[in-house]
Amino acid sequence: MNAVMQLQRDLAMASALRSQGTPRVDYLVVAEMVAPGARVLDVGCGDGELLRILAETRGVDGRGIEISREGVNECVAKGLAVIQGDADTDLADYPDDMFDYVILSQTLQATWQPKLVLEHMLRIGRHAIVSFPNFGHWRIRLKLLFGGQMPQTDILPDTWYDTPNIHFCTIKDFRELCRLVGADMQKAVALRASGKPLRIPAPWWFWNLFGEQAVFLLTRKP
Amino acid sequence: MVEAKVSARLDASSPVREADAPRDSLVARFGPDKPLRLDAGVDLAPFQIAFKTYGTLNAARSNAVLICHALTGDQHVASVHPVTGKPGWWETLVGPGRPIDTERYFVICSNVIGGCLGTTGPSSTNAQTGLPWGLEFPVITIRDMVRAQAMLLDHLGIESLFAVAGGSMGGMQVLEWAASFPQRVFAALPIACSTRHSAQNIAFHEVGRQAVMADPEWSGGRYLTEGTNPRRGLAVARMGAHITYLSDAALHRKFGRKFQDRSNPTFSFDADFEVESYLRHQGSSFVERFDANSYLYLTRAMDYFDIAADHQGVLANAFKNTPTRFCVVSFTSDWLFPTSESRAIVHALNAAGGRVSFAEIKTDKGHDAFLLDEPELFAIVRGFLDSAGKARGLVRA
Repeated sequence: MNAVMQLQRDLAMASALRSQGTPRVDYLVVAEMVAPGARVLDVGCGDGELLRILAETRGVDGRGIEISREGVNECVAKGLAVIQGDADTDLADYPDDMFDYVILSQTLQATWQPKLVLEHMLRIGRHAIVSFPNFGHWRIRLKLLFGGQMPQTDILPDTWYDTPNIHFCTIKDFRELCRLVGADMQKAVALRASGKPLRIPAPWWFWNLFGEQAVFLLTRKP
Repeated sequence: MVEAKVSARLDASSPVREADAPRDSLVARFGPDKPLRLDAGVDLAPFQIAFKTYGTLNAARSNAVLICHALTGDQHVASVHPVTGKPGWWETLVGPGRPIDTERYFVICSNVIGGCLGTTGPSSTNAQTGLPWGLEFPVITIRDMVRAQAMLLDHLGIESLFAVAGGSMGGMQVLEWAASFPQRVFAALPIACSTRHSAQNIAFHEVGRQAVMADPEWSGGRYLTEGTNPRRGLAVARMGAHITYLSDAALHRKFGRKFQDRSNPTFSFDADFEVESYLRHQGSSFVERFDANSYLYLTRAMDYFDIAADHQGVLANAFKNTPTRFCVVSFTSDWLFPTSESRAIVHALNAAGGRVSFAEIKTDKGHDAFLLDEPELFAIVRGFLDSAGKARGLVRA
């Protein structure tokens, strides 16, 4: 892709993002990982915002799964191909290699069986994109160390007793999971609290300490 | 003698007359050279299809929407019913500016084969005998209904439908359309339905059929020629079926244990309760517009419906590589065609690699919700069709 096309793409993406006020910080990073015109499944697609951005900026053929009835009905009314379903149970129905990308955006920590979900993603899609909050971030470590309570932060505001998030992990934990399921890491981005990527090349321990969120692009090991 | 009795019954207001000469409808006639090949292994010829259209077919013939009606529905989807004088059964959804917008789409709705509102069925006159078919009419299936509709589209010169939509038995036809003629269906909207009738569904239908057949006036199915009318049996069948279309919560909300025009029980078997009076009314008004034998044939067609069985027992095979985009809708309080049935459709479509949306709508109105004022349903149908319309170039992006 030449520089002009790249620019046009990014401009289109920026305008799509602007028209929606403040989009979730990881969307742009995810969208950048998706090739134009791809077949995409967004698992846990919420109100369909990421699917909309992907359709407008990447021209993808997008599908979604969402667990909440309200989210699904909103998506379908917007004309998105979204079904009510559960990442833990419904991925098993999809055939191998049905999608170019299967995206799990800020949902991994809310699944019952993250390992199984990741395995299905790598089976259904040629690529898997996973974004998740990093529980190894220094602020969370400090809160637990000095506060002695389950941390609540801006992006993780729920109390421990009332949260959909049952399987938190750190960037280091996730890399270990990738190794276990035989996933190849094609690309990884850590985001600072501001939502900006950590641009400097840094060792993993640094990302694990200073990345508030992480986005991974994975493929099956050949 | 027999013929005199028949003609005596064919007065202007009788529903029997609708069977051969439907009012306010178009009729497509198929001669002996164009038989309808039935699953039962016989050809039906000649036969006719009564239908209605709304809106205008575009030059590219790409904006046709077929609406499939439910068990006791008919072609009068968005216009006044000639027998009851009531508004069309889906006027909430179909019409100018409605989610299925007749200013944008050319809407077709035909009476199903086996019906009694002008498409050939058991109350129609059998050309060979000059008498009503009665039980001589072959048993038909959902697939036969769809084949007949496909012949109607050929007759109208419409190769490909923009969309097929329907609820309940209409939804079954939608699924059969997508399975039998995938290349002719761009978008499919099966609502409150399933890919097969469950044992419970069949059981309820059997109770209804037995009620009809237990009425001595059913006369072994020859009531039209013998001048009798199994109205009591058919009314009881309708009363039983009507309960399955509602939910416990909706019945309770509407009627509770309220008495009808009285403050105390009469210690008799009168309709003391409002709910009894309501059901009796449902039964007696139904028999004015519906034919008892049609009720037997159409319930049977639903019972026989099982798409997976027609495809090596694997539902996904029915939709393999389907080019159709689907929007499946169910209702939380529908226990006749519960959400689990719709979910099975969605799973099969996913496994087949299909493009599917699926929404479950929260309501206490039971199965009937698909016919009622459900704003969420309207928003979903509109959103789905708008998006499909853009993909087909019918709606400006």
